[in-house]
Amino acid sequence: MLTVRVIPCLDTRDGRVVKGVKFQGLRDAGSPAELTAMYERQGADELVLLDVSATPDGRKTAYETVRTVRKHLTIPLTVGGGVRSAEDAKALLEAGADKVGVNTAAVTRPELISDIATFFGSQCAVLAIDAAKRKDGKGWEVVVRSGTERTGIDAIDWAREGEKRGAGEILLTSWDRDGTKSGYDLELLSAVSKSVRLPVIASGGAANPEHLYEAVKAGADAVLAASIFHDGIYTVGDVKTYMKQRGVEMRL
Amino acid sequence: MSIDVVIVRTGIANLSSITAGLERAGGRVTVTEDPRVVREAMRVMLPGVGAFKAGMDALNASGMADALRERIAEDRSTAGICLGMQLLCASSEESPGVAGLGIVPLPIGRFKGGNIRVPQLGWNRVEAPDDARLLRSGYAYFANSYRLDQEPKGWACAFADHGGRFVAAMERGNVLGCQFHPELSGEYGLETLKRWLRL
Repeated sequence: MLTVRVIPCLDTRDGRVVKGVKFQGLRDAGSPAELTAMYERQGADELVLLDVSATPDGRKTAYETVRTVRKHLTIPLTVGGGVRSAEDAKALLEAGADKVGVNTAAVTRPELISDIATFFGSQCAVLAIDAAKRKDGKGWEVVVRSGTERTGIDAIDWAREGEKRGAGEILLTSWDRDGTKSGYDLELLSAVSKSVRLPVIASGGAANPEHLYEAVKAGADAVLAASIFHDGIYTVGDVKTYMKQRGVEMRL
Repeated sequence: MSIDVVIVRTGIANLSSITAGLERAGGRVTVTEDPRVVREAMRVMLPGVGAFKAGMDALNASGMADALRERIAEDRSTAGICLGMQLLCASSEESPGVAGLGIVPLPIGRFKGGNIRVPQLGWNRVEAPDDARLLRSGYAYFANSYRLDQEPKGWACAFADHGGRFVAAMERGNVLGCQFHPELSGEYGLETLKRWLRL
């Protein structure tokens, strides 16, 4: 039986980790190589690197960062941010990513998903969906360009279309919850999880182990979190032990 | 001390992770598309992501298929990873009508069952037989929609469960097939690669 994956996410810009990472015992808390190695030691099942600046500024993801991280990392690595073409995806895979996340560019040109799935296999095509509750409260719509633009596209329809086009996984971020520390949007998570057969990674809003556990109960196959780990209050191991004690299948 | 190992390039397979994994395990890696190199090499690894047909087309076009069949028939050290293991089999539901290498005379099928996610992406528990030389029990990372669900005769098999039991890895003499990704399976995977390299 598959275990539930716990996935720390690092936001990078110009080859450095950004978004306030506070750690003891690290020479340099902004080094992607050191942080990824630390999370791996703590028992992370997988890692995500997201180049946060890439989409708005049209900046290319830092291939060099991926190459450096890959050398030592013995667990899967997903890289996203600013991936616009199968060529971009290829460059990331060649640098050492195992999966590539597509977001804004896939909404603009959905063929991007099928291109990546056809050339490199569905297992490496991650469709990242940023979703926000509609203003009238009825369902969720897809937002793009790091949340700055509402598209009107229904998030559940988009997840289904992604599956048809060959995506291998959905990385679902609640834009309403992201950074709020109020827990994942469980309603959104449950709705998307029931609508596709693909694995769904929950993202956005986690502040404690209970939040991650709730996401699993709501149907998440994997839970992604950033600040909960970066703040140094909980280790990946703490979170996994917490869930294991509550009967969730974990790799410990 | 480095242990030489040749990786077969099958078209667009992403080789960075497997190269890094073999290097961590003590391997000195060369990548080749040349069947003569594969015939001569001490150790050969056949990786692979993507579709069954694309993988077989690449092997057939270059004469690589015969080079692999020959070395496996002679029980020379060879490992197939993920799609690479599937290509050792007779056929796959993924690409009907396409013949595999046929070393294992069994078909690959798609995961079935109502309550599972496809593709299988993540860490699954692998149970290995006690008398296996290379395989051990533990957690391994999988990324696949198709799998071998019958035990091939003459191979020692480790199993995992995803909507039913499937072959997580198999070994016969110096030949190893891994449905999981040893290069992405942490310590467990690293140790698997080390055992194979040191055969």
